[in-house]
Amino acid sequence: MAVKLPPFQTLIDDHAVDLHRFLVATAGPHDGADAFQETMLSALRAYPGLRSGQNLRGWLFTIAHRKVIDLARARSRRADPVGDAPEVPSFDRDPSSGHDSLWTKVAALPPKQRSAVVQRYVLDRPYAEIADVIGSSEEAARQNVRAGLQRLRQVVSKEEVES
Amino acid sequence: MSTNSDDSVDVDAADAAERELAAQLMVPVPTGPALTALLDEVVQRADTEGLVDVTWTVTDSPVGTLVLAATPAGVVTIGFGDEEAVVDYLATRVSPRILRTPRRLDPVRRELDEYFEGHRQVFDVSLDWRLSHGFRRVALDELARGVPFGHTISYKQLAERAGSPKASRAIGSAMATNPLPIVVPCHRVLRTGGDLGGYGGGLDAKRWLLRHEGALLA
Repeated sequence: MAVKLPPFQTLIDDHAVDLHRFLVATAGPHDGADAFQETMLSALRAYPGLRSGQNLRGWLFTIAHRKVIDLARARSRRADPVGDAPEVPSFDRDPSSGHDSLWTKVAALPPKQRSAVVQRYVLDRPYAEIADVIGSSEEAARQNVRAGLQRLRQVVSKEEVES
Repeated sequence: MSTNSDDSVDVDAADAAERELAAQLMVPVPTGPALTALLDEVVQRADTEGLVDVTWTVTDSPVGTLVLAATPAGVVTIGFGDEEAVVDYLATRVSPRILRTPRRLDPVRRELDEYFEGHRQVFDVSLDWRLSHGFRRVALDELARGVPFGHTISYKQLAERAGSPKASRAIGSAMATNPLPIVVPCHRVLRTGGDLGGYGGGLDAKRWLLRHEGALLA
């Protein structure tokens, strides 16, 4: 046996709460729940074949990040069967939160910026880890967080002008 | 992993409006009961898809805390005491896809409860023998089939029955490494002359079990 992997239950015990928050924040309550289930099942399928037991948190969040992108693509394909998948995926809106909540604006960000902003400001993660999750360099992760925040600010100030 | 020390630099670089936005974002996203229900659903789906190789639970008994574990083939381990050690062992020896899901263990837990309450003498749950091999497996199998509730046997006699009369010592290690104590009744194996010998769950447990079965009077 080559790799010593911890019991899968410890991954759930250690990371499920953050994983759920990440997915609800990036995909909304409904799609977030779906993405959570799909993330866990994908992880379980792949787990025995992992070549390394290092950074299992990063591994889980990378799967989650991809699930959000997949979900958004599937959604836009259903909505528009002839068009290409748009750069900005649609978001599962939570009717209870009101359409002008900050969360719906986060949802309008491109997937990498969305993941990066949520990792940074909801989960308080270091840039090296964010880079892992979105599959970029640390500098690019930083850039995605900054660009995401800038874009959010633009949307917010535009609304202030309009109202 | 702790938060980076470069935070301050980054926050300084962002202007006030961005900082304010970030503060709004840091309001916790609700989770909790929804997550518990979600996890239950995930485990059920995973089980249906055959993605759960081992499940375990912990149960109280008159001989102490027992860690019960099963594979789809049957009960694979009954461990005394240290839950973490048992689970780590199973993750290494059987599969790392091991989850804490009591449901699959309900049948064995019920049978154990009945046994401890004096309503059961024979266990019917299916067993997964994969953690026992070779002569040890032969000896445990012989013990499970041939030494009923309330009876005892010496290490030497069991060695004879298992087809290796001179292997008393090997019988000792077979009993010591029994992955399925109580259900595979290694507590019924004593030294010639009636001395208790050893027991993985401690001699108090062995004594309790033998008294419970009426095999030990004192």
